Amino acid sequence: MIGSVGTSRVLDGVRTYRMISAMWIRSTMAYRASFVMTTLGNFTATAFDFVAILLMFSRVDALGGYALPEIAFLYGLSSVAFGLADLSLGSMERLGRRVRDGTLDTLLVRPAPVLAQMAADQFGLRRLGRVTQGTMVLVYALATVDIDWTPLKLLLMPVMILSGAGIFAAVFVAGAAFQFVAKDASEVQNAFTYGGTTLLQYPPTVFATELVRGVTFVLPLSFVNWLPATYVLGRPIPLGLPDWVAFLSPLVAVACCALAGLAWRAGLRSYRSTGS
Amino acid sequence: MAEDMGDGFEGRGEGFIELDRVEKVFEVRKKTGFMKRERREVRAVDSLSFRVARGEMVGYIGPNGAGKSTTIKMLTGILAPSGGSLRVAGIDPSRERRRLAHRIGVVFGQRTTLWWDLPLIDSYKLMHRMYRIPDARYRENLDRLVELLDLADLLDVPVRQLSLGQRMRGDIAAALLHDPDVLYLDEPTIGLDVISKSRVREFLREVNAERGTTVLLTTHDLQDIEQLCSRVMVIDHGRLMYDGPLAGLHEAGESERTLVVDLERELPPIEVPEARVVKVEGPRQWLAFPAGTSAAPLVARIAAEYPLVDLSVREPDIEAVIAKMYAEKATA
Repeated sequence: MIGSVGTSRVLDGVRTYRMISAMWIRSTMAYRASFVMTTLGNFTATAFDFVAILLMFSRVDALGGYALPEIAFLYGLSSVAFGLADLSLGSMERLGRRVRDGTLDTLLVRPAPVLAQMAADQFGLRRLGRVTQGTMVLVYALATVDIDWTPLKLLLMPVMILSGAGIFAAVFVAGAAFQFVAKDASEVQNAFTYGGTTLLQYPPTVFATELVRGVTFVLPLSFVNWLPATYVLGRPIPLGLPDWVAFLSPLVAVACCALAGLAWRAGLRSYRSTGS
Repeated sequence: MAEDMGDGFEGRGEGFIELDRVEKVFEVRKKTGFMKRERREVRAVDSLSFRVARGEMVGYIGPNGAGKSTTIKMLTGILAPSGGSLRVAGIDPSRERRRLAHRIGVVFGQRTTLWWDLPLIDSYKLMHRMYRIPDARYRENLDRLVELLDLADLLDVPVRQLSLGQRMRGDIAAALLHDPDVLYLDEPTIGLDVISKSRVREFLREVNAERGTTVLLTTHDLQDIEQLCSRVMVIDHGRLMYDGPLAGLHEAGESERTLVVDLERELPPIEVPEARVVKVEGPRQWLAFPAGTSAAPLVARIAAEYPLVDLSVREPDIEAVIAKMYAEKATA
C-alpha cells in the first residue's frame, strides 16, 4: 500500500482528476455567459455572508471580544480553506444521487480510480467565486489587523490554509462515503461542510465550550483556523490548550484525509457488495 | 493464468467468460414501522453456471428483476459475487476491476457515457487518454469505427444535439476504441427507430466477425436476438432456465408457427390432422402447428384438398414463448 504502489495510485488519481476536470471546464465554456453569471452569483452569495458581519459591526464594536479586522482574519482563512476544498471536491456530495440513479456504475467500468472520477465530476470553476471572495476578505484583514509578525507566524499562514483545505476535503470525502450507506444524506454532509465553514467564520469565544470541544476533539474543524489563528493573533488559545497545538494542523489534516480515505474504501466496498 | 482458468469448471470447451455456481444475495431492508425494519434476503442470482467461448455472440434475456443486470454487474466487476467463482478473460472481475476494464467494453442503453455539451470527438479523445490507447491504434480504431458507424459528420457535433440513434452509435464506438475482447450491451436498441436498429445490428455483426469480439447482449427486443445471436440464455429468478440455440427455445416453450392461407372463397374451417384453425376471416384462415415440424407436408395436403390462392408462414413470437416457459416452470 505504502511506497511505490501507493505513489502510482495517487499519481493515477491526479491524472484522472485532471483529465475529467478539464472536460468539465470545457463543457462549462460551451456556455460562457452562464459561467460568468454563476461565478458572479457564487461570489455575491458568499459576499453576503460577510456583509451580514459588517452590518453587525455597525451596531457593536466587538463580537466575543474580537474586533472586525480579527473576525475578518478568521473569516478569510475559513473561506479560502473551505473554498479550495469546495472547488476541488465539492461535487462529492452528488454521490448519493449517482448511487440512486445508477450512473455510478459507468464510473466503475472505467480503468480509473472511482474517487478521482467522482471528485472531478461536474468540476465547477464557478466555485472560484468563493475563493476569490475569501481571499479579498483575508487581504483586507491582513491590511488592517494588528499582528506582531514573527517568521513562525508567517510560515503558519500558508500551512494553515493548506491544512484547512485538507481537513475540509476529508469532510467532503467522508460525507460522500457515508452516502454509500445513506443514499440521501447530502444534507447531512452540507451541515458539516457549509455549516462548518460558517461556524469557523466567528470567533470561538462566542460559542459554548461544549461545541468548541466537539469541533476540536471529535470533528477537528477548529484546526482549520481557530487554533492556529488565535496563536497568530496573539489571543488565548481556545479551551486553554497550549501554544503548540497551533502547529498541529498539518498532522490533523493528514490524519483526517487518511481516515476519510479508509471510509471511502469501506463505502465503495459496501456498495459493491450490496448494489443500489 | 492457465491455472486460474481450470479450477472447478466443468462443461463444454474453453470458456472466455466462465461462471461457476455464482450467487448474489442482497439484504433488503423494508420499513415496517417508524423505526422498525424488516430484513429479508433476496437471491438475485442463484447458483448460476455458464461459459461463453471467445467470439460467441450470446443473447441474455429474461423478465425484469430476473437477475440479468446483476449478472452483468458482476461480469464487469461493479458488484462482487456472494458466492461461486467468476472469470472473464482469466480475470476475477471484482478483484481486478481496473485491469478488467481494459479488456471489456460496456454500453448501457439508457445511460450515455458521452460528454453532453462537448463535440463527440472530445469524448473519444478522453477514452484515448484514460485507456492509454497507443496513438496509432487509436487512430486506426477511430477511423474504422467512424466508417462502420457512419459517424464522420457527427464528430464535431455536441452530443446533446445528436438523435437517440446517433448517440447510441456514438456510445458503441466509445466502448470499442480500446479493442475490448468482450462487449456487454445492455438494451442497445432501446428507443431506436427501425433504421437505426438495423444499422446497430449490422455493425455488431461486423465487429463480431472482424475482430472476434465476444458479445453478451441483454435486450427486450427479441429481434435483436433473432438477428444477432446463435445462442440464447434465458434467466429467471436468478437461475438459468434455458441455454441453447434460438430454435430450441421454441421447442422448449412448445411454441407454434402460424400458417396463413388465402382460399378462393369463404369455406368452413380447414380440417387437417397436423394443424388446427385458430382464426377465420372471410377466405383467409390461420392455422397453428408445432414450431418444430416442417410446414411442407401441411402445405402439400392443404394445396391438394382445398382451392389455395396464397399462403405465408409466420414465426412465433419469442416473447410469448418465454412467457409460456415461465408459466410452465412456475406450475411444475
